[in-house]
Amino acid sequence: MTARPEPSAAAGTAAALVDRHYLDVRDLRVTFGTDDGDVRAVNGLSFGLERGRTLGIVGESGSGKSAASLALMGLQRGRRTTVAGEIWLDGENLVTASPERVRSLRGRQMAMIFQDPLSAMHPYFKIGDQIIEAYRVHHDVSKKVAKKRAIELLDRVGIPSAARRVDSYPHEFSGGMRQRAMIAMALSCDPSLLIADEPTTALDVTVQAQILDLLNDLQKEFNSAIIIITHDLGVVAEIADEVLVMYAGNAVEHGPVQEIFSAPQHPYTWGLLSSITRLDRTRSDRLRAVPGNPPSLIAVPDGCPFHPRCQYANLAGPATRTERPTLETVAPGHRVACHLPVEARVRIFREEVAPSL
Amino acid sequence: MNSHDSTGPASTGGAAPVGADAFLKGAAPPAPSTSPAAPVVMDKPDPVPMEKLAAVTTAASGDALLRVTDLQVHFPVTQGALVARKIGAVRAVDGLNFAIRRGETLGLVGESGSGKSTTGRAIARLLEPTGGKVEFDGRDITHLSARTMRPLRRDIQMIFQDPYTSLNPRHTVGSIVSAPLKIVGDLSGDALKARVRDLLELVGLSPEHLNRYPHEFSGGQRQRIGIARALATHPKLVIADEPVSALDVSVRAQVVNLLGDLQSELGLTYMFIAHDLSVVRHISDRVAVMYLGTIVEMADRAGMYEHPLHPYTHALLSAVPVPDPAKQHRRERILLRGDPPTPLNPPAACRFNPRCWKAEEVCRTVEPPLVEIQPGHQVACHFPEERELV
Repeated sequence: MTARPEPSAAAGTAAALVDRHYLDVRDLRVTFGTDDGDVRAVNGLSFGLERGRTLGIVGESGSGKSAASLALMGLQRGRRTTVAGEIWLDGENLVTASPERVRSLRGRQMAMIFQDPLSAMHPYFKIGDQIIEAYRVHHDVSKKVAKKRAIELLDRVGIPSAARRVDSYPHEFSGGMRQRAMIAMALSCDPSLLIADEPTTALDVTVQAQILDLLNDLQKEFNSAIIIITHDLGVVAEIADEVLVMYAGNAVEHGPVQEIFSAPQHPYTWGLLSSITRLDRTRSDRLRAVPGNPPSLIAVPDGCPFHPRCQYANLAGPATRTERPTLETVAPGHRVACHLPVEARVRIFREEVAPSL
Repeated sequence: MNSHDSTGPASTGGAAPVGADAFLKGAAPPAPSTSPAAPVVMDKPDPVPMEKLAAVTTAASGDALLRVTDLQVHFPVTQGALVARKIGAVRAVDGLNFAIRRGETLGLVGESGSGKSTTGRAIARLLEPTGGKVEFDGRDITHLSARTMRPLRRDIQMIFQDPYTSLNPRHTVGSIVSAPLKIVGDLSGDALKARVRDLLELVGLSPEHLNRYPHEFSGGQRQRIGIARALATHPKLVIADEPVSALDVSVRAQVVNLLGDLQSELGLTYMFIAHDLSVVRHISDRVAVMYLGTIVEMADRAGMYEHPLHPYTHALLSAVPVPDPAKQHRRERILLRGDPPTPLNPPAACRFNPRCWKAEEVCRTVEPPLVEIQPGHQVACHFPEERELV
C-alpha cells in the first residue's frame, strides 16, 4: 500500500472543528431505553474521515462500534432509541435530516456490508435480483440495464462466470462468494462512504485475505471512505489508515495506524495488543490478559470507564474515578483519553508494555 | 488475483519426484516398523502402504493416550421420500492417522469443512466412525455401544464452541456442573456440592454463583462453566472444539491461560480444534493441518510454524494478518483462488491440487501419502518445500 499524504485537517481537534472532513461525527450519542435503565451504547463519539481513507474501529462486543455504525447509516430508528449529536456527511447533517432524505442517501452515498451475508440477503430472491432492486431504487433504468450492471459488479468482485451466477440464490453460494455478492450490492451505486461491520469474521483466513485485498483494490478504484469495524487487530493493521479504539461506548484512542501499533498510549490499547496471540513474535508461556470483563452499558463506571480494569489506575490520581477523560491530542492526528500524565504513559509503554509485546 | 510468483522447488525442476524423497537432503528415512507398539497396524488385513505405516509407528512411539488409525466418517446423501436411496457420501473425514501422547496438546487446524470438528466428535464417540479405528488408553472404542461406552465417558470430555447454546438456560450453574458427577454416580449430597464448589473455584468463578442461571454470566464466564463441567469427572482427554473463538480478545486470553494452567495442574491431555492458527500455536505441542478430511501436514509447534512444508500450510500461515502494519505490508502473501471443493466429491489424488500453484501431473494422478520427512514432521505432498512466512 502506498503512503497517502496526511490530510492537514487531521492535525488536532481544534483544527478538526474548523475544517470540514468528508464525514464528521460530533458528540454522537445512541441510547436505548430498556426496562432496566438506559443503555448508553454510544456516548459522545467524535471523529472525522476523508475520502480515500480507511478507518478501523476496534473494540470488544458491547463497546458500541456496531451501534455507532448503524446510527451513521440512519438505521437506529426504534421507538425507544434516541440518536443525538451530529453526523455530517459531505456537508449535510444526517441526524436532523428527514428519514426520506436519509433513505435516498442510504445505498447511494453510503452503503454497508454486514458480518453475516447469509442473514443479510433474502433467501427467497436471486442474488442478481437483489442487486438489481438496490440499483433501481436509486437509478431510473430498465431491468435489463440494471442486470447488466449487476453482472458487471459480480464480475468485478471476482465471482466466476458472473453472467450465470447472477441467477443463483444465496444458498447456492459459499460464504466467501456471498460476502463478495454483498460487497457487489453495496458498491452498486458507487457509494462514497462504505461501512463494513466485521466483514471477514465469519470467513476462513484464506478467504478473508481475498476479501481484504478486494476492499483495498475497490477503494483505490472508487476513492471511497471506508469504515471497517472489527475486533481483529491483524485485519486493522492490514487495511486501515487510521484506528479508533472504542471502550464502553466511547473512543479511548484514535490515531494513524502506525502510531497505534508502535506507540499506543491508552492502557486499554496496550491490553488489547498484549492479550492477542501473534505469529510474528516468539511464543510466551502466558498471555497478558486484561483482567475482568467489559462493563454493562447501563451502569458504566464513573470517571474513566476503563479504570476498574486498568492496572495503572492508581498512578492516574483520583480524577480517574470521578471524571471522564476527554480525547486530548498527543501528536498530530493522535488523540488519547486517559488521566495518566503523557510522560508516564510514554514511559510505561516503553519500559513495561513494549518489551512483552 | 494470485500475483505472487509461485514456482516449484528449485531442486526438483519439472520432473515429478516420487514421494517426498526429492526434498530430503540430509534427513534420515523413517525407520520401518521396529517399535513394539506397531501391532495395531500389523494385524490390519489390508496392506497399508509403507509410508503410512511408518507414519503411524513414529506417532505411536511414546505413551499414546489416543491413537487413531485410518479414521473415516462419511455421511450418506440420500434421495427419495419413501425409500431413501443412497446416492453418495460426504466424506467429512477420510483416513486420518495420528496419536496423542499423555499430557500433550494436539492442535487440529483447518478451514470450515475440513473435518476437524467431525474428527473430534468421532473420537468422543458422539458420531459413529464409518471406518478405521479409535483406541483410547489401549482400548478399541471405535464401535462400542452406548452402554459399554458409558463408563469411558468420564475419561473423554468435550468443551464446545458456543457458550450460549452449550449450556441449558433453564438449569442453574450448580446443576449444569454437577450433572456429569450425578451420572457417574461417585458423589452425592454434601460431597457433591463441595466438589462443584471446588470446580467453580478451579476455573476462576466464585462458588456463590452456584444458584445462578447461565444468562447472568458473560461469554467468558459461561465458557468457564463449560470447562468446569468438562473437568468434573477427572477426564484424561479433553476435546476442545473452538473453545475461544466466540470470545472477545481480552477475555480470550484469560480462557487460554486458564486452559494452560489446568493442563499443568491436572495433567490433562488436550485435543484443541480451532481455525485460528495463532491461538493453536500458543497452546499446542504438536499441530495437524487438515484439508478436506485428510491431514496434509503434522509436526511439532516449531516445525509447523517455523519450517512449514505443505503449500496449503504456507497459504494458511501467509493469510493470517499480523498486527504490525509495517511488517504486514512487507509480507509475502499467497492468495489461494476459490473456495475449498466440496467433500461430497473431493478432487482425485492430492485434494489440494486444483488450488495449488505447484500442482503437476503427478498431483492429479497419485495421492501423496503422509510421510515423515524430518523427525516428527509429516507431510502429504509431492513437492514439499520450506518457506519463510511470518
